[in-house]
Amino acid sequence: MASLKALKIRINSVKSTQKITKAMKMVAAAKLRRAQEAAMAGRPYAERIESVVASLAARAGGEGASPLLAGTGKDQVHMLVVVTSERGLAGAFNTNIVRAARRKAEELEAAGKTVRFYTVGRKGRVIKRFYPTGVVADHDLSTMKVARFDEAKAIADDLLARYAAGEFDVAHLFYAKFQSALVQIPTTQQIIPVSVPTRDPKLAQTLTPALSNDGDAAVEYEPSEEQILADLLPRNVAVQVFRALLENAASEQGSRMNAMDNATRNAGDMINRLSIQYNRTRQAAITTELVEIISGAEAL
Amino acid sequence: MALHFELVTPERLVRSDEVYMVTVPGTEGDFAVLEGHAPLMATIRDGNVLVQMTPNGAPETIAVRGGLAEVNARGLTVLAEHAE
Repeated sequence: MASLKALKIRINSVKSTQKITKAMKMVAAAKLRRAQEAAMAGRPYAERIESVVASLAARAGGEGASPLLAGTGKDQVHMLVVVTSERGLAGAFNTNIVRAARRKAEELEAAGKTVRFYTVGRKGRVIKRFYPTGVVADHDLSTMKVARFDEAKAIADDLLARYAAGEFDVAHLFYAKFQSALVQIPTTQQIIPVSVPTRDPKLAQTLTPALSNDGDAAVEYEPSEEQILADLLPRNVAVQVFRALLENAASEQGSRMNAMDNATRNAGDMINRLSIQYNRTRQAAITTELVEIISGAEAL
Repeated sequence: MALHFELVTPERLVRSDEVYMVTVPGTEGDFAVLEGHAPLMATIRDGNVLVQMTPNGAPETIAVRGGLAEVNARGLTVLAEHAE
């Protein structure tokens, strides 16, 4: 049986842990709100770029199209861009993203493809342990407090340069899609070549009512459609990366809030259990003392 | 009549207004958009977007970097990478 003093020390240590996890939970909740707002604010741009790319790609596609749209004609080297966070203590957030990437890598390797990794954020570097030679680049996010477009653009430019140099044929983006504070879905998305959403006419109608209503001939292009598309495709890659950063930021905070909430509750349970044990031990000590006094008095 | 003008960057929706006229720095030259402009899609160069609220009002200048301008039945949308 632990001594009274040891128990007291234990209780106090759990209490201070609880204070920390509680504070972290509250900080995460505050940051989550901001990250969610940022994700919402980024949506109009991403949606519009996407709809323009989709409508242009459907027409300007075909032969002679940009390699960003048509691909390199090969399917050998796959680049997996794994976007993780800089900090841990966010539950299974980073683990889930890395696991999704590893699963994809194993799948591709089983099919005889070459796999390369491009890690973004400190927590993705664990991939080095499994694929010591596969990680070609690592983008540091430690200076980034909030997701900025410049950051996404830097990543996208680097990727595009590597693509142009023929380092890989297909690029996939891994991040956690934010659904709610409780649910974050590890997501895989092909960013190079651009996967044009299938032209479901009904869907296109709701997404881009004006684009489809204006008809094909009515819209004037300045410069030509092909040039606009060539200008737009690299930008689209940056937008997709930026969206991943935004979604990830919100997911990270949601996941952390959840993990810290659990930790706080666990600490509470532990404190209750230890307190009961402490009180019992104390009572036992008092009883023993009383028995000693009474028996001593009787002996007189 | 007013022209519906939206200026969007990846980070936020900068402006969404009913305005009189907007002058956009297109890659092939500046162009002004009034209400009822024909559908148009153009890339823009780094420069200033001039927003005029009234026919005789002083234009308001917004510096933009890289992007796309789209005119359709709903109005003018400028998708800029960066706007100040």
